[in-house]
Amino acid sequence: PHALVFLEHRAGMIDSGSLSALTAAQQLGGQVTGLVVGGPDEVKGVVEKAKKLKGLSALLHSTSSQYAAPIPETVSPLLEKLLSSGAPFTHVVSSHSSSAKSLLPRVAARLDLPAVSDITSVEHDSSDNSTTFTRPIYAGNAIATVRAPPSVPIKFFTVRSTAFSAAPEQDSQVEDTSVDPIEVSSPPSQHVRTDLTKSDRPELGVASRVVSGGRALKNAETFNATLEPLADILGAAIGASRAAVDAGYADNSLQVGQTGKVVAPELYMAIGISGAIQHLAGMKDSKMIVAINKDPDAPIFQVADAGLVADLYEAVPELVEKLKAQ
Amino acid sequence: MRPTAARLLNILVPIKRQVRTVDYAVKIRVNPDQKGIDLNVKHSMNPFDEIAVEEAVKLRERLKDKVKSIKVVTIGPPKSLETLRTALAMGADSGIHVELAEGAPPPEPLGIAKALRAVIAHEQDGVDLVIMGKQAIDDDAGQTGQMLAGLMDWAQATFASKVEVDTEKKEASVTREIDGGLEELRCRLPLVVTTDLRGRRLTASVEPRYASLPNIMKAKKKQIVKLSPEYLQVDLTPRLETLKVTEPAKRQGGAKVASVDELIAKLKEAGIKPVAS
Repeated sequence: PHALVFLEHRAGMIDSGSLSALTAAQQLGGQVTGLVVGGPDEVKGVVEKAKKLKGLSALLHSTSSQYAAPIPETVSPLLEKLLSSGAPFTHVVSSHSSSAKSLLPRVAARLDLPAVSDITSVEHDSSDNSTTFTRPIYAGNAIATVRAPPSVPIKFFTVRSTAFSAAPEQDSQVEDTSVDPIEVSSPPSQHVRTDLTKSDRPELGVASRVVSGGRALKNAETFNATLEPLADILGAAIGASRAAVDAGYADNSLQVGQTGKVVAPELYMAIGISGAIQHLAGMKDSKMIVAINKDPDAPIFQVADAGLVADLYEAVPELVEKLKAQ
Repeated sequence: MRPTAARLLNILVPIKRQVRTVDYAVKIRVNPDQKGIDLNVKHSMNPFDEIAVEEAVKLRERLKDKVKSIKVVTIGPPKSLETLRTALAMGADSGIHVELAEGAPPPEPLGIAKALRAVIAHEQDGVDLVIMGKQAIDDDAGQTGQMLAGLMDWAQATFASKVEVDTEKKEASVTREIDGGLEELRCRLPLVVTTDLRGRRLTASVEPRYASLPNIMKAKKKQIVKLSPEYLQVDLTPRLETLKVTEPAKRQGGAKVASVDELIAKLKEAGIKPVAS
């Protein structure tokens, strides 16, 4: 097999999700070529970093002002060309990020190929060129084992980052090759602007500690007033259950669960979260789970390593005070 | 003044009837034969598709008669008709049912996208805007909108939380949910939009809100055209094989602590220290 891995980057850094995608691509057991696309002032620096990634056998890069804010309509033609007949690639791999999951299905459809989303394991059988994946379905209530048979010549898949470790760097470097961009004249979509949420906290998807709140936080004000001091003292990102997001206590971008962010931090603290299966699907791979809830029968306690049955409005401030005193 | 030459907006909203995993009352059970889940539970519209229908109706509230039509389309077994009726009660004008045989294998996103392409090709007035959910919450694939846009070679705006359409300029301004924030795009029509959640409720079905008697009576009179995959000349045979469906691995948990002090001791034991403030 020969995988083409789409390596995403932001502010000169390769996304950690792409590093996990690279690890998944390596598990196919063949060659792995990386692909970096971007604007004129970014690509060079990213390529220098990408060349050192362990597991890459080659690196392609393409530079165009049209790739500065990658829009599927402009990046798709480049991928279609790289995958056109005679190309060596058997797999196309990316993280399940918002930009890659917008791009890959578009490219796959244009090549009349299916795609497999959000995989948690991959195994390739070289004897018949088939690849078998597992992926969560029904909001994590079930796991499907899916096989892309030999009749699918190029297998597209996106990778759940929490299921694969990030590929490390190494001392040696691979060769990099520049690929001419494909300029799209008059692209149908134009990037207008990107507003990244400014926060001193770590980003939810990659944070090593997460403090999450649920419906029991009552409203946006108490949600913030209760969770922020705890997140501050732990250096944690803030997350929320879908119930809390639906009720307007927290922004959609903070939602942890199958239809929101999937996280697997060192520490996950579930505050006033009952633990619906779709929430558990988004956090159950966390290393340590702490739950504080006054309902002793809340399902969250079944997955918690340390469950405290208590009124969160008493327990959380006490916890903050005592952590501060340490 | 001459009447404007701008073409009026025809909106298509693809919807899916499925098991609603977000409803607390719906229990998902994996079948012992590992071929799938127990489908003998309540089915209703994919909640992200409800948001799409609602968005189309709201667009008409803003753009008034510049929106010429809102058509809903579903590709599924006979009972999908109920879901079309729900969408019509929410304010769509007419429906298309691409009927699949009861028990037919569920089509993959690529098959659905091809069927939608064929439906669009059959629309005499054309389609300017497709609005659909960002993912169905049964297979959680999240591919169909992007695939349709690719097949049509149209603009796409995924995970949208806000859509404004300028019918004169034939373009749309879309705000998208991206990792870490928001992104704004300007897209030329025709366009495929997939809807995200911001500011909406996903857990509560919209049905009760729209299930007023007058709306239901009106919906019954609205036209639904029935088509078949054969008529549309699309092959919906899955290209991937589902080998098995199993229960997710259970996490070992259940340990309790009696007090905040005990909790702090456990955190210490795990090497978790507070950060310097």
